[in-house]
Amino acid sequence: MRSGIGTRILGTAAVASLALLAVMALVITPQDVNQLDAVRFLYIHVPLATLMYVAFGVTAIASALYLWPRYRARKWDLLAGSSAEIGVVVTGLVLVTGSIWGRTTWGVYWTWDARLTTTAVLFVLFLGYLALRRVGGDVDARAKRNAIAALAATIDLPIVHKSVEWWRTLHQKSSILDEETFLHPHIHGSMYWTVMLGIGAFLLLFSWLLVNRYRLAKLEDRVEDEGLERAIAERRAEADAMTGAP
Amino acid sequence: MTDVGYLVAGYGITFAVLASYAAWIVSKKRALARELPPEERDSRWP
Amino acid sequence: MLRDAAVMAGKDLRIELRSRVATNQVAPFAVLVLILFAFALDPDRGVLARAAAGLFWVAVLFCALLAIQRAFAVEASDGARDNLRLSGLDPAAIFLGKAGAIAGELALLEVILGAGVVILYDRSLHGPVLLVVTCVLATIGLAASGTVYGALAAGLRVRETLLPLLLLPVVAPVLLAATRASEAALGGTTGDGWPWVRLLGVFAVIYVAFGVVAFAPLLEESS
Repeated sequence: MRSGIGTRILGTAAVASLALLAVMALVITPQDVNQLDAVRFLYIHVPLATLMYVAFGVTAIASALYLWPRYRARKWDLLAGSSAEIGVVVTGLVLVTGSIWGRTTWGVYWTWDARLTTTAVLFVLFLGYLALRRVGGDVDARAKRNAIAALAATIDLPIVHKSVEWWRTLHQKSSILDEETFLHPHIHGSMYWTVMLGIGAFLLLFSWLLVNRYRLAKLEDRVEDEGLERAIAERRAEADAMTGAP
Repeated sequence: MTDVGYLVAGYGITFAVLASYAAWIVSKKRALARELPPEERDSRWP
Repeated sequence: MLRDAAVMAGKDLRIELRSRVATNQVAPFAVLVLILFAFALDPDRGVLARAAAGLFWVAVLFCALLAIQRAFAVEASDGARDNLRLSGLDPAAIFLGKAGAIAGELALLEVILGAGVVILYDRSLHGPVLLVVTCVLATIGLAASGTVYGALAAGLRVRETLLPLLLLPVVAPVLLAATRASEAALGGTTGDGWPWVRLLGVFAVIYVAFGVVAFAPLLEESS
């Protein structure tokens, strides 16, 4: 299947801006006073984290639209699933880049920091959602199930975040994590613009991925229908042959 | 440059995963489109 | 609606009483978990007593999974689910009834587990008000969210493995908040516990409301 011209422009723009981002992030921007070159993780970690929220946000909105009888359409379910899958991939990358960055600045791969922990829970929540999506059954029932599961997971997020935040602040005042230098390195000039470029580039990539993943989902849907129809036709032909025989 | 190994690993993993995910989508899409009769292949957005 | 819910809860509890699965299998399982924790953590060095609140709530979570699976296994057999849908009961009432029955079973299990912790782990109970409020709110939250996910996974071939994967991350804040609140109660610093109780309350309210709204589309699904 051929992609439309719009998708191709989108894809090219995404690749070009990502290439520019790599040059800006790894070569042009200066070192940080405290973190030295480790600060360069900022330019992919922050855009990836932004993308994660965008992706799961799209899933939540599409799921809500599916449950709203006036807007109920198969496309919302497919869109929700496509976005969630991209979201899970991105969340995995957020965790990986976050812990590698953590290794360079804190000396350990993992700390029970509020954000890291919330992200880990988010990852598992939506892994469960994807697992649920893969369970078969009647199309409409499945879509409703998916939508409810996505919303139930989404409303949990603020509670998870709040609880984890309290947990960390109440019990360990002196953590090895120096929040100030980690989350707020002295960002200025080219560093600021590179973060913005990163968010833009990753958003372009997200749009391209979403369009294509959605089309794939639609094709999968069709092939499933087609397979079903073919099976029914074969059965019918068999039955006809049986009754036609003497 | 400091932390070169970690930076290479972080950027490498990120771009490799995203690129292979994109490649998987495209190749799967092509494979599926071949299974369908031509008039049903259109799967426009949205 | 509340009367329908009570009918529903009564029915589920009667089935549980008659089948004796809760008393003969789930409760012994709960005690077994407590004993296993003692094997895993050395009882002589006080680790067990210090971790008692957390272990208690982990055990409650495991038992909750069993109770939820039970509650929906009953419905899935013999087309009971269809009967439920055709019974004319309000879906919200069905949700409240099921959640109520599960909450009842959990409360009973918590009493057994609490006694187990006191006896086996040698912890004395302090701050009874905070402890009871914590248990009540955590139980409501667990039962409500569990009923939503139990209904989602009910009737699926892979429900036994899917339900824990879906439910456990969602109830992670309950485990966290209930553990901190119970620790505060047991440690005599009740003041630290109340913010967590508020969090448990918010969780319970949100998932009860969500279940009341979400059960209508969920039940009509297999039509």
